[in-house]
Amino acid sequence: MLRQSIENLGNRTIQGVWRIGFAARFFLAVLLHSGTAFRRFGLTIREMYFTGVLSLIIILVSGLFVGMVLGLQGYETLQRFGSESTLGTLVALSLVRELGPVVAALLFASRAGSAITAEIGLMKATEQLSAMEMMAVDPIARVVAPRFWAGVISMPLLAALFSAMGIFGGYLVGVQLIGVDEGAFWSQMKSSVDFEQDIMNGVIKSVVFGIAITAIALFEGYDAPPTAEGVSGATTRTVVTSSLVVLALDFVLTAFMFRGIS
Amino acid sequence: MNKTVLDLWVGLFVIAGIAALLFLALKVGSASAVKASNSYEVIARFDNIGGLKPRAPVKSAGVVVGRVADIGFDNETYEAAVTLRLDKRYAFPKDTSAAIMTSGLLGEQYVGLEAGGDDQMLKDQDRIFLTQSAVVLENLIGQFIYGKAQEGAPQ
Repeated sequence: MLRQSIENLGNRTIQGVWRIGFAARFFLAVLLHSGTAFRRFGLTIREMYFTGVLSLIIILVSGLFVGMVLGLQGYETLQRFGSESTLGTLVALSLVRELGPVVAALLFASRAGSAITAEIGLMKATEQLSAMEMMAVDPIARVVAPRFWAGVISMPLLAALFSAMGIFGGYLVGVQLIGVDEGAFWSQMKSSVDFEQDIMNGVIKSVVFGIAITAIALFEGYDAPPTAEGVSGATTRTVVTSSLVVLALDFVLTAFMFRGIS
Repeated sequence: MNKTVLDLWVGLFVIAGIAALLFLALKVGSASAVKASNSYEVIARFDNIGGLKPRAPVKSAGVVVGRVADIGFDNETYEAAVTLRLDKRYAFPKDTSAAIMTSGLLGEQYVGLEAGGDDQMLKDQDRIFLTQSAVVLENLIGQFIYGKAQEGAPQ
């Protein structure tokens, strides 16, 4: 009984290490074969339609509502101190630094990441990938690399759209609905949001999240057991793992980026 | 799959994303006001800087003319050495005075510059001699209470 459980533990550890090694090799292979993604850019554009354009609706609507809620809640707290004119700063800083990249990444992981995993997992289960290999077409170059670069390009654009939409939502609620002074809203925002410190760091974050989510989604799909159950398990793992990785990476990146600022 | 329609959508998506980035850059954020290339640094020493922080604005007549670049402590005179990075477009006389002020009652602290009458202008790495420390609320209240106590004391 005890021996059995120790054996299980060891087995699972070895499996985990094996998977990490395979994931690293896979990631390297994707990077090495990414020439195809740019030489045949049509493939990447096609994938950008599926990962980027089709995620637009959920990203824009969530951004708008997150911004509107920030406007409402921020106003509630700020007006106690009579500083509701800084509402713009609150909305813009929290969106550009944190909520934009992170929430957009979480939505991206569940909208696009799961789709990528399911698609590649099913391609593997129906032996389309093996068929490609038979025809001397490298599936990593033809299928995986374009999806990877499409995700990496789409993610920062989606995060920027999320932030812009959120600020618009905050403006709608704060200025149009509640009646915070419009000039104060924009000028306070402009004076305290720094382009390099806040906006560029937010963009860097979203690029990192894009790389992490797409790499995880592609790997889970490529590694999925070729059964219906295996593909569904891999899809679930993609969403769970990439959400956790996004949150952990966000903490690490924030600790590096915003240490110097008051 | 109709290829041209797809390309159009992706193109629109990329343009919208870049437009959002531009909106963030131009309307929401502002570039760090003073770049190292077109600025000069002057040093001011204060007895007490209160809650002044690096990157706090330096204002003259209410206009932002620079930022606080660095705050250090001089272990010989026991003063705070504040390095101010000022925009090259603005020149100030040598006898300009610097004071640490607060915007509003509880707002952020900034350095206020008041121009003097000297015909020599401040150059890079010059020092501002006339300084006025931050007002510490506790000291002010202490003085007020002390003054009140003196008033009420029997002669």
